[in-house]
Amino acid sequence: MNIVVCVKYVPDSTADRRFSEDLTVDRAGVDGLLSELDEYAVEQALQLKALGEHGTVTVLTVGPEQAADAVRKALQMGCDKGVHVVDDAIAGSDALSTSLVLAEAVRKVAAWDVVMCGMASTDGSMGVVPAMLAERLGVPALTLGSSVEVSGDAGATTLRIRRDGDTATETIEATLPVVASVTDQSGEARYPSFKGIMAAKKKPVETWSLADLGVDAELVGLSAAATVVASTRQRPPRSAGQVVIDVGGSGAQALVEFLSAKKFI
Amino acid sequence: MSEVLVLVDSSSLVDGKVSKPTLELLTIARRLGEPSAVWIGDPAPALETLAAYGAEKVYAVADTDVTGYLVAPKAEVLAQLVERTSPAAVLLPSGGEGKEIAGRLAVKTGSGLITDAVDVQPGESGGEGPVTTQSVFAGSYSVQSTFTRGTPVITVKPNSATPEQAPGAGAVEEFTATISEAAKAARVTGSEPRKASGRPELTEAAIVVSGGRGTGGNFEAVEGFADSIGAAVGASRAAVDSGWMPHAFQVGQTGKTVSPQLYVANGISGAIQHRAGMQTSKTIVAVNKDEEAPIFELVDFGVVGDLHTVLPAATEEITRRKG
Ligand SMILES: Cc1cc2nc3c(=O)[nH]c(=O)nc-3n(C[C@H](O)[C@H](O)[C@H](O)COP(=O)(O)OP(=O)(O)OC[C@H]3O[C@@H](n4cnc5c(N)ncnc54)[C@H](O)[C@@H]3O)c2cc1C
Ligand SMILES: Nc1ncnc2c1ncn2[C@@H]1O[C@H](COP(=O)(O)O)[C@@H](O)[C@H]1O
Repeated sequence: MNIVVCVKYVPDSTADRRFSEDLTVDRAGVDGLLSELDEYAVEQALQLKALGEHGTVTVLTVGPEQAADAVRKALQMGCDKGVHVVDDAIAGSDALSTSLVLAEAVRKVAAWDVVMCGMASTDGSMGVVPAMLAERLGVPALTLGSSVEVSGDAGATTLRIRRDGDTATETIEATLPVVASVTDQSGEARYPSFKGIMAAKKKPVETWSLADLGVDAELVGLSAAATVVASTRQRPPRSAGQVVIDVGGSGAQALVEFLSAKKFI
Repeated sequence: MSEVLVLVDSSSLVDGKVSKPTLELLTIARRLGEPSAVWIGDPAPALETLAAYGAEKVYAVADTDVTGYLVAPKAEVLAQLVERTSPAAVLLPSGGEGKEIAGRLAVKTGSGLITDAVDVQPGESGGEGPVTTQSVFAGSYSVQSTFTRGTPVITVKPNSATPEQAPGAGAVEEFTATISEAAKAARVTGSEPRKASGRPELTEAAIVVSGGRGTGGNFEAVEGFADSIGAAVGASRAAVDSGWMPHAFQVGQTGKTVSPQLYVANGISGAIQHRAGMQTSKTIVAVNKDEEAPIFELVDFGVVGDLHTVLPAATEEITRRKG
């Protein structure tokens, strides 16, 4: 099975994330990395490939120069090849144009069966790119899987996911090719091994521009965005309140007093 | 005035009543134009309520080609309605499903998309289209956005408005959508419904009481306390990963984002991924036996103590006061 796994290079979510002057996410001033939620997608892609005898896992990212780090990490984890779409015109793209560029890049990766995504990027966290990508590629989307399995023969392979929804746990399936996304419930991602790190150095990475994909630069980037950020406001930090130490039941009393004063009871 | 499409479907009907988030969407829609509910299935049980909250029109869409499939058919329904009505905006609920329908709709109609809005207001000069507010970077920033292209597509989080009644005509119009075969390619082949807890819905509740690893797997104290103040129950990922609570109860980056009037974290350390789902709550309270737990940095009130003694004692006192 041939799989394309989409990963995003994001500002570290444990660092102080902020906006730059043009009100886009500051990607330069904050350390970046492979979105940790996309590691789960890489893991599931590698496991899917291992079910068969043949197959290639291509890691794909759309992002700035530094996003090459994300590709490298995925190659170290075990992906076979990398594609990095980088073009100054892409900066500031919204989900609409990001999905456009991703779709064209997926089309250019020859013969794929599954496009595997993370559940959401840790910066924009919209969780919409997989559905948009499926819409553009004209294939079914199986999203937010907590487990993934395949069945069927070479003629018609079915991908099936389990999804833990709000009111039910569902089983959802479709015949390949499909776009899928997996959650952090799908199983811990592997760490790159020393062997993996060494092997990654020899793995092929292609760098594509918009021109390579035949995408008109007018259709992407900040100037083409269908939504614009008008203003951002940092929420004032919460001021630490009163903390009491429970001694022989005093904590419960104080808690009830607090809730009562605030009219919660 | 233009129509504003509001997607509601049979899942918006909870115990025969139209869900609160749906009423919130109708309330928000009135700020932008004339609300038209798009009801997939038979709208009869909901009509009265939809009209009471301002629906001028209710598009009744036959569900034969929609149920049993995923979101793609619903996106086709909406795209066809957008084409027919040129609405001022399309509003959807902000769950996984709502966001995916919205994403597909945005692609189909070449429109701007805003997900997880916590507020939506009309543009200043009226003609500019809506201004949305979102909470980003784990709740540390709030961001206002406007639209430049297409029909604004907005998914709105629960609790973003107070539902207000304002009678609308509620005129039913049958709408027959053409659903493509491709949209039916992904199928739901199995569904195990979760049994209802009888407690308020996590994302809609005014009060949420959560438990973490510190419960040691025994949620009795947490649930008892929650019930004494009419709260929904939530959990940290550690509690979910341990199999103590279903994933649907998880609060945080990869679970639910909640923003209740009161959030009570019990036996939860306050990791950044957990904070991401709760730090915009109005009032935060924590019970934790470790004085140094980071959760205490954001509380309005905290108790350093064992949740298994503090919560039952508090529950008893609350029950006593209620008489
Ligand atoms: C990609 C990713 C996504 C994640 N998403 C989420 C998410 O959505 N939601 C989430 O919650 N986490 C998430 N996490 C996990 C997060 O990093 C923490 O590991 C998790 O929140 C810890 O849960 P906890 O606070 O219950 O457990 P711990 O950190 O182990 O804390 C337990 C606390 O209980 C206290 N305690 C112990 N016994 C008692 C007692 N008897 N009485 C009172 N207090 C007691 C301890 O002092 C301690 O502070 C995510 C992690 C990753 C990597
Ligand atoms: N720039 C990007 N490059 C590659 N994959 C992406 C990019 N943006 C989003 N994705 C994929 O889409 C998923 C959901 O992203 P989002 O809709 O932005 O939350 C991510 O987990 C990735 O798998």
